[in-house]
Amino acid sequence: MIHSLFLINCSGDIFLEKHWKSVVSQSVCDYFFEAQEKAVDVENVPPVISTPHHYLISIYRDKIFFVSVIQTEVPPLFVIEFLHRVADTFQDYFGECSETSIKDNVVIVYELLEEMLDNGFPLATESNILKELIKPPTILRSVVNSITGSSNVGDTLPTGQLSNIPWRRAGVKYTNNEAYFDVIEEIDAIIDKSGSTVFAEIQGVIDSCIKLSGMPDLSLSFMNPRLLDDVSFHPCIRFKRWESERVLSFIPPDGNFRLISYRVSSQNLVAIPVYVKHMISFKENSSSGRFDVTIGPKQNMGKTVEGVVMTVHMPKAVLNMNLTSTQGNYTFDPVTKVLTWDIGKITPQKLPNLKGIVNLQSGAPKPEENPSLNIQFKIQQLAISGLKVNRLDMYGEKYKPFKGVKYITKAGKFQVRT
Amino acid sequence: MAGNGLSYSEQGGEAALELAQEAAPTTAPSAPAAFGLFSSDTKKNEDLKQMLESSKDSAKLDAMKRIVGMIAKGKNASELFPAVVKNVASKNIEIKKLVYVYLMRYAEEQQDLALLSISTFQRALKDPNQLIRASALRVLSSIRVPIIVPIMMLAIKEASSDLSPYVRKNAAHAIQKLYSLDPEQKEMLIEVIEKLLKDRSTLVAGSVVMAFEEVCPDRIDLIHKNYRKLCTLLVDVEEWGQVVIIHMLTRYARTQFVSPWKKDDDDVVEEYNENNFYESDEEQKEKDWKVKKTYVMDPDHRLLLRNTKPLLQSRNAAVVMAVAQLYWHLAPKSEAGIVSKSLVRLLRSNREVQYIVLQNIATMSIQRKGMFEPYLKSFYVRSTDPTMIKTLKLEILTNLANEANISTLLREFQTYVKSQDKQFAAATIQAIGRCATNITEVTDTCLSGLVCLLSNRDEIVVAESVVVIKKLLQTQPSYHGEIIKHMAKLLDNITVPVARASILWLIGEYCERVPKIAPDVLRKTAKSFTNEDDLVKLQILNLGAKLYLTNSKQTKLLTQYVLNLGKYDQSYDIRDRTRFIRQLIVPNEKSGALSKYAKKIFLAQKPAPLLESPFKARDHFQLGTLSHTLNSRAAGYLELSDWPEVAPDPALRNVEAPEAAKEWTVFLGKTKKGKPTEKFYSESEEEEDESASTSATESESGSESEKEDKEEGSSDESSGSSSSSEESSDSESESKESTVKKTSRTAEKSDSEDIKKKAKRITKKRNTSSSSDSESSSSEESSSDSKSESDLRSDSESGKSGRATSSKKEEKPIQDRKAPNKKDVFLLDLDDFYPVTSPLSVPAAAVLSPSLAADLEGLSLSGSSVIDVCLLSSELLQFNCKIAASHPSEGS
Repeated sequence: MIHSLFLINCSGDIFLEKHWKSVVSQSVCDYFFEAQEKAVDVENVPPVISTPHHYLISIYRDKIFFVSVIQTEVPPLFVIEFLHRVADTFQDYFGECSETSIKDNVVIVYELLEEMLDNGFPLATESNILKELIKPPTILRSVVNSITGSSNVGDTLPTGQLSNIPWRRAGVKYTNNEAYFDVIEEIDAIIDKSGSTVFAEIQGVIDSCIKLSGMPDLSLSFMNPRLLDDVSFHPCIRFKRWESERVLSFIPPDGNFRLISYRVSSQNLVAIPVYVKHMISFKENSSSGRFDVTIGPKQNMGKTVEGVVMTVHMPKAVLNMNLTSTQGNYTFDPVTKVLTWDIGKITPQKLPNLKGIVNLQSGAPKPEENPSLNIQFKIQQLAISGLKVNRLDMYGEKYKPFKGVKYITKAGKFQVRT
Repeated sequence: MAGNGLSYSEQGGEAALELAQEAAPTTAPSAPAAFGLFSSDTKKNEDLKQMLESSKDSAKLDAMKRIVGMIAKGKNASELFPAVVKNVASKNIEIKKLVYVYLMRYAEEQQDLALLSISTFQRALKDPNQLIRASALRVLSSIRVPIIVPIMMLAIKEASSDLSPYVRKNAAHAIQKLYSLDPEQKEMLIEVIEKLLKDRSTLVAGSVVMAFEEVCPDRIDLIHKNYRKLCTLLVDVEEWGQVVIIHMLTRYARTQFVSPWKKDDDDVVEEYNENNFYESDEEQKEKDWKVKKTYVMDPDHRLLLRNTKPLLQSRNAAVVMAVAQLYWHLAPKSEAGIVSKSLVRLLRSNREVQYIVLQNIATMSIQRKGMFEPYLKSFYVRSTDPTMIKTLKLEILTNLANEANISTLLREFQTYVKSQDKQFAAATIQAIGRCATNITEVTDTCLSGLVCLLSNRDEIVVAESVVVIKKLLQTQPSYHGEIIKHMAKLLDNITVPVARASILWLIGEYCERVPKIAPDVLRKTAKSFTNEDDLVKLQILNLGAKLYLTNSKQTKLLTQYVLNLGKYDQSYDIRDRTRFIRQLIVPNEKSGALSKYAKKIFLAQKPAPLLESPFKARDHFQLGTLSHTLNSRAAGYLELSDWPEVAPDPALRNVEAPEAAKEWTVFLGKTKKGKPTEKFYSESEEEEDESASTSATESESGSESEKEDKEEGSSDESSGSSSSSEESSDSESESKESTVKKTSRTAEKSDSEDIKKKAKRITKKRNTSSSSDSESSSSEESSSDSKSESDLRSDSESGKSGRATSSKKEEKPIQDRKAPNKKDVFLLDLDDFYPVTSPLSVPAAAVLSPSLAADLEGLSLSGSSVIDVCLLSSELLQFNCKIAASHPSEGS
């Protein structure tokens, strides 16, 4: 399936190559560079490129292109999903997925890739299995290894690989048994000029951090499971149990993982927690315009809106911006034409405002459209959909774990058209 | 090398690439620098060699790490081969692994030296550690050295019957490698595939199906016997295997089942219109015929749909897409809708996933709008989306447009038109044009909207609008004058060739409606003729010709002038066109009869262009494939066949019981080799043997075969449900299984009459509930159910046979044989996996008081649903029950 993999950085250097079948020359990447040039923007590089002898399927993650070489028909999503899994694994192992971290750990990267694919077909992609086969690098371990000569490579088959719960390794032991669940909801919205909602939707995930000894069997129930319209599960969750009882029952993997992601049914009205008052105008026949934006909280259920950041992609004709803000700092990058306003916490008594003059290129026509405002925010201790975890039960082990649930609401793709 | 002729393209391509690679260093642009590097490299290599030959493992390891670093960067490290290969037998596992990495990379280039390592692998293949066995097989099969093909073949054969499923999985992978190395081994490899397909481990299933797809995708006959097993195992296979299996099963199902889609109203109406039923005799006959042929879905077809549905909830986008395409290609149209929700969910994912999913949705939304209409707003475009995502979303929005939602859509489009992303704005205008032609109610609105855009400041927007307006006007020949005048004025400002050409064409086409303007336009363009783009020049000629024919008084000279200019143009296209037009319109002695019809030729009514989706042509590719994404056949694409008119014999998928197989070995051996006439006979006989468990009714098999056929369906269904319990038994360790088996057998022997009755009652109850909702999967039906069901049936069957043979003596042996036979029928080929839950409930009931027994049964039922998805040991289950019974509110 997957023939070869090339990692390419932003400046077009191939800094790693791995072949699972016979060697494919680097020159195949020229087709990719060609497409990249045509696309102008990295975002627009087509994920699937056809070349005379091969097909290139690529993803762009953390400023690295993962370009895989394919020779025969294969579901493209299969490859894309796998490449993302590779990037996730690097992230998991090295704390970040960057060119330097990959170059520094090139041997581990190679060993990982070797385990993850056999003859181009995924072999082990579960992080728990991989970590038993190849231990992640830590400072302590590298010191110990250099002294004792022991290695990072496990010599027995991970137990998970054979069992029906490949995501969990055997013999997990903790002194403090803890289970944490973060319910994170994101609001995707498009707000139109007049402030009415064109489209709004809540998407959520439950990220878990489970540090429990042995083989715990957990079941997590909600106060209002009906809210969840469409759910996707980590493989550990027993689907039938959810179907019949709306309870998440699972033997968890060890460590951090995403338990479920869900969408809240579209019937529910979405409470938009902020409003934006804006006045952006460009005068005809003059090289300036006005910019005036105020953000305020709305229906936030007594919680403060924090971490508010507004980014605006200004029209190309904009040369510079001369603004004053009542709160937070703003920056304008004249090259990319991106205005970023870091506001922080919104206090209802004194609404943050950003106001001033926009300088346009002289002679250029007035921009056709006002830019749309992208807004990020965070609300702690609140799941905007109202989803609540009811209880967490543990079976199969005797100790009493420490349990914690955290709620947080964020802006997803939150856009205000002006 | 033997296979050179067979797989020419592949090997040829590789060879060419290798050549290219060899040539690469010499053509490297920075030759001096490279040269410098090389010299230092050789130096380094010297000390690497020394390190490799040192006695210390740490030095060796260091050297290997550096070598791997070189390989990763694409530097050539082949000259170290002899030094590295010595370390293949190293005790240190990390060194060993790195040597493996090196070998896989360079063995192909240094075949002779690579042979030195073979014996190490052969020894490792016998290692007690399964990981070492597996990795030895992996490396052995990965070093592409043709000489060792026989050794590889032997190793694969051996590994395919290894006790460890992990080694068997690697054997399945090795099959593909050997096949690509030497396609002549195909027949032998197919044998191994056949063997591994029978494997019951979820670990192996995905890999062996992959091998099947690569080596012998046309040998669909190998799948028959394993079809049901694959369906039931699917949920527990790892996600990558799921994708491959689902794609294979999609192809399989298209060859084995009849179409669930109604033929005549393929795309439009699903509902059966009852009002028309009695309208006319003829129609009635037709309908009667149809009613008789009412479609009943094959239970195996249903099994596939039912077992893939939960996978829509997978976190893996590829799995979700695979299920979606399966439903699209296999499910009745009314059921396919369930996939849309999951596909829309994927749109939250990465850019690349979005791209592929949107492409597939685009294809789907052309054929079945209804599927995605409820999610219209999910396709609204954000200004931060990449352009390729934007245009795909736009495409889908356009496909979904209808009378009801067009006004909201147009409002949305208005925002898009103003977008800073001009490419996208242009695409939006095209979309508006398509909406306008498809929905007649809004044509006028769209047209006036587009006319407004003509005064836009951006040239691309204006040009695109002109092109679209031109197309729209063609479909609406009535009302033009004003717009054409407006556009004629624009001609002075627009520079985009396509737009200019469109305007000129429009004026020429409708020159009789703008008699004053048209000649003036020709005058202006004649002046600028030499500076125009070729496209525009052609249209100027065209305009001239048309005016000459309608208004020769005013334009004769002008046209002559233009034709003269065209005659000496640089482009031969234009010279050609000029000559053609001149001959046609200017009357002279030589011109033939054609010039009489010149006006008819030039001013004929032209059909309006169809504004179609670019995704229209893609639907002949299977969704979710590379070919679909590229819209061209990718190498190795396997065509999805059309539904067969008549389904092949479903009995092919029945699995013989091992016991029966022993009894009938000779007989089966014959039938297996394929005598279609005898096949059915033997199958039905077996069926009888299995379900009715009568050996004496052979003579009646002919007369009873019909009955049998009917029953087959139901038995299949129950087998499906019971097999879901096998998933649970899977988790059992081997030893436990056997004990459970024993207990269950003894339990069966001891089960008293009243328990049986009770079981029957429960089954009946549950049967009615489950039959009313065939969709509801077997979550609730525990295996104890299907067993008691089987009791029921075999009871009734035995009664029947009793009547038939009218002897009570016959019944005794039947009863005796029941126990072993039952499992043959209801557990498919997974004979040694015995339902776990039944022994849990039944023996308990036998010992405990009836009320407690009922309680316990209920408990174990809910427990079994747990097991169904994810596998728990029975111990845990019992523990659960205990906890729940003693302190129900334990936990937090």
